[in-house]
Amino acid sequence: MLQRALIFSSSNPICSQLSTTAPPDNTVFPKRNGGWIIPFSSYQLPAFRFRNYRRTLLPPLCSASDSAANRPNMASQDEQDPRISNISSAIRVIPDFPKPGIIFQDITTLLLDTKAFRDTIDLFVERYRGKDISVVAGIEARGFIFGPPIALAIGAKFVPMRKPNKLPGEVLSEEYSLEYGKDTMEMHVDAVKAGERALIIDDLVATGGTLSAAIRLLECVGVHVVECACVIELPELKGRERLGGKPLFVLLSST
Amino acid sequence: MSAYRDKDPRIHGIQSKIRVVPNFPKPGIMFQDITTLLLDPKAFKDTVDLFVERYKGKNISVVAGIEARGFIFGTPIALEIGAKFVPLRKPNKLPGKVISEEYELEYGRDCLEMHLGAVEPGERALVVDDLIATGGTLCAAMKLLERVGAEVVECACVIELPDLKGRRCF
Repeated sequence: MLQRALIFSSSNPICSQLSTTAPPDNTVFPKRNGGWIIPFSSYQLPAFRFRNYRRTLLPPLCSASDSAANRPNMASQDEQDPRISNISSAIRVIPDFPKPGIIFQDITTLLLDTKAFRDTIDLFVERYRGKDISVVAGIEARGFIFGPPIALAIGAKFVPMRKPNKLPGEVLSEEYSLEYGKDTMEMHVDAVKAGERALIIDDLVATGGTLSAAIRLLECVGVHVVECACVIELPELKGRERLGGKPLFVLLSST
Repeated sequence: MSAYRDKDPRIHGIQSKIRVVPNFPKPGIMFQDITTLLLDPKAFKDTVDLFVERYKGKNISVVAGIEARGFIFGTPIALEIGAKFVPLRKPNKLPGKVISEEYELEYGRDCLEMHLGAVEPGERALVVDDLIATGGTLCAAMKLLERVGAEVVECACVIELPDLKGRRCF
């Protein structure tokens, strides 16, 4: 086994970028086929794990019959991108995690499917490339999985939004509500500049608490949040309504 | 071997973007802050490119990234070399069945977990993190992969703190 590492140390100030242009418009809400979300087919899980496992039937992502009033940030779209169904089928649903009654959407199985993971990133990159977005803010920790590849592809900087006491420099903090209690999100104050255009990335939006904290952090230093983007939305938890009017783009919807 | 010693011309730009924050997380520690590197799209891309150039075409099918800064570098590398990405996480974050490996901290112990079934026997794996210090975390990561029969081809980090002798764990 080889043991090597790239090495250096450094001590230098941050550089940052600034750009300003007009904002983009609506969220596109792609369709998906109704049906099961099944575990990624070549991911061999121990059989005993699924003795009591019930699969969750997921409704269509959206359909042409949905009223526009129910989807204020959705452009009407009758065709589903063909890549969506592979992405959907690569996501594993785990019941009763982290506690009874919660159906957990596990994106780690998506990351094991190189094509589906690539397609996921491509869908976001195609949407945001050339839109003068200079900041991709990713929410710890699963936002760190999708955010950096998107940032690299669109030529934006990546800004990690972290749990307390992880970032070493001067930070801004924003508290937000959990189901029980509160949590705090932090961002380096000098990571972004007023007038920059930002995207916020996370794997999933549920109640919208985390995303709205990220929006507030960025906006309080004068950044324009163009859109929030997630792989999965849990629409029943109405996170979309809690983003202060900011658009939300998702690939998949689950109830 | 290291890219620094080989003096790849991109290294200077990468190095100059990393910020050192004294006395974090506690007095006496000089913290290597890679977040400033991430603010420079060219330097961040060069960082990823240096790893991709090294590992592309080497039949590596797994990139294991250590939570959380290993996710930042590991996922772009995995995507570029066509490998799957396997997150190695702190306890109770991964929802499926996991294996766990304990490791020593300066004071106390911590634990790293990996999903069972994510990696198959015989797969060739890379472990990625932003920095290697004592090597405890990387060793735990290697053990997890080896326990499921994977071959750890190499560990790759942006920064090494050689005084802490992390390499001796290998």
